[in-house]
Amino acid sequence: MNETFYTLHHFLLHTESVTYLIMLLSLLGLFGFWFFLTARDDDQ
Amino acid sequence: MSGEIITGKKTVMTPFNVIAGMVVLMGLIITAIRFTKGLGAATNLSDYNPWGIWIGFDLLVGVALAAGGYVTSAAVYIFGMKKYHFAVRPAVLTGFLGYLFVVVALHYDLGRPWRLAYPFIVGWGTTSLLFEVGLCVALYLTVLFLEFSPAPLEWLGFKKTRYLAVRLTMVLTIFGVVLSTLHQSSLGALFLIAPSKLHPLWYSPYLPVFFFVSSIIAGLSMVMFEGMLSHRAFHDKMDEEHLSESDSLTLGFGKAASLVLAGYFTIKIIGVAAGNHWNLLTTPYGIWFLVEMIGFIALPCFLYAVGVRDKNLMLIRFTAAWTVLGIVINRLNISVIAFNWHLPASDRYFPHWMEIGISVFIVMLIILFYRFIVTRMPILYEHPDYKGEEQ
Repeated sequence: MNETFYTLHHFLLHTESVTYLIMLLSLLGLFGFWFFLTARDDDQ
Repeated sequence: MSGEIITGKKTVMTPFNVIAGMVVLMGLIITAIRFTKGLGAATNLSDYNPWGIWIGFDLLVGVALAAGGYVTSAAVYIFGMKKYHFAVRPAVLTGFLGYLFVVVALHYDLGRPWRLAYPFIVGWGTTSLLFEVGLCVALYLTVLFLEFSPAPLEWLGFKKTRYLAVRLTMVLTIFGVVLSTLHQSSLGALFLIAPSKLHPLWYSPYLPVFFFVSSIIAGLSMVMFEGMLSHRAFHDKMDEEHLSESDSLTLGFGKAASLVLAGYFTIKIIGVAAGNHWNLLTTPYGIWFLVEMIGFIALPCFLYAVGVRDKNLMLIRFTAAWTVLGIVINRLNISVIAFNWHLPASDRYFPHWMEIGISVFIVMLIILFYRFIVTRMPILYEHPDYKGEEQ
């Protein structure tokens, strides 16, 4: 986390990579959350 | 209910009226001080802190919480959720009063009210975000006035004018959504000019997106919160549809708010990742940021979801109030608390009591106007002459 970046390229490579990983995990998480949210919809 | 005339002597000296009277009196005195002696006499504003709570609370929070108008109109007229139609008028009224008093509150900060129209008639500052916000708010206030106008026209019995106003509903809704998208995000974009002043955890190139997405959450939550208060205060003014359908609205809007909060939480995390600010999360400001993220975004997201799953209306309504508080905290964090965070304590801004007094005065005026309108006009019930009419 406290890595030193000497070039903008290095900084962007790091932050964009982390962002893409978070996006992937978030999409999976949001799928799970959607099922949790709507699990009892059929009962209505 | 509507159509009935309630007779009998009512006392004016209720506890609420007495408190309201004192707040209004205090507000009028501070108003006189502000407009005769200037900002210095009534505020703690300085060159370091030119924007205080009159911008941070009255404007930023006011605009966010007034988003219920465009959110509900869009849900009903654009997304076709006609079962929530009964909620449009109260939501549009809240939005209209919210924006109207945002403009009133802006006068306290700007001064010289007669020059309010100058940006539109003297100098078009088309490169300024403030100009865009001002133009959008002026146009959207007009749109909200027109959207709200069928209620007073029904009350006054102007059937032909009311018919014309109702025919504009769809186009006004579209205008409302477009204008809200523009200025809700632009209020966040105002802070893009100050990357060195706003704490890195709150500053992000995505600030406009954060402001727009959180305005949807604010709008949904405010409609539920305001509905809960209306049910307590104006139960006798509500028709059958209002009384029977409000539970369905709470469940539907609660589900939507939960989903949008989940998305908002995700993009806020991405904001931290994009700036690589993870190391700041262990600082005092970082702890406060986590309180906002977990306590006022993740927690209400989860509570809304549990409330919707269990059909626990009390939990959803409590969460709506909690989320409204979260939006207030978020806007104050960005405009006041995390702004100029690097300055020594002696130069930090804390609002003058008169600034707080004017903010309380403005909120009280909104409540009083809302009560005046709701007790007279067909807001919480359908006017008997137009019952069942499709809008």
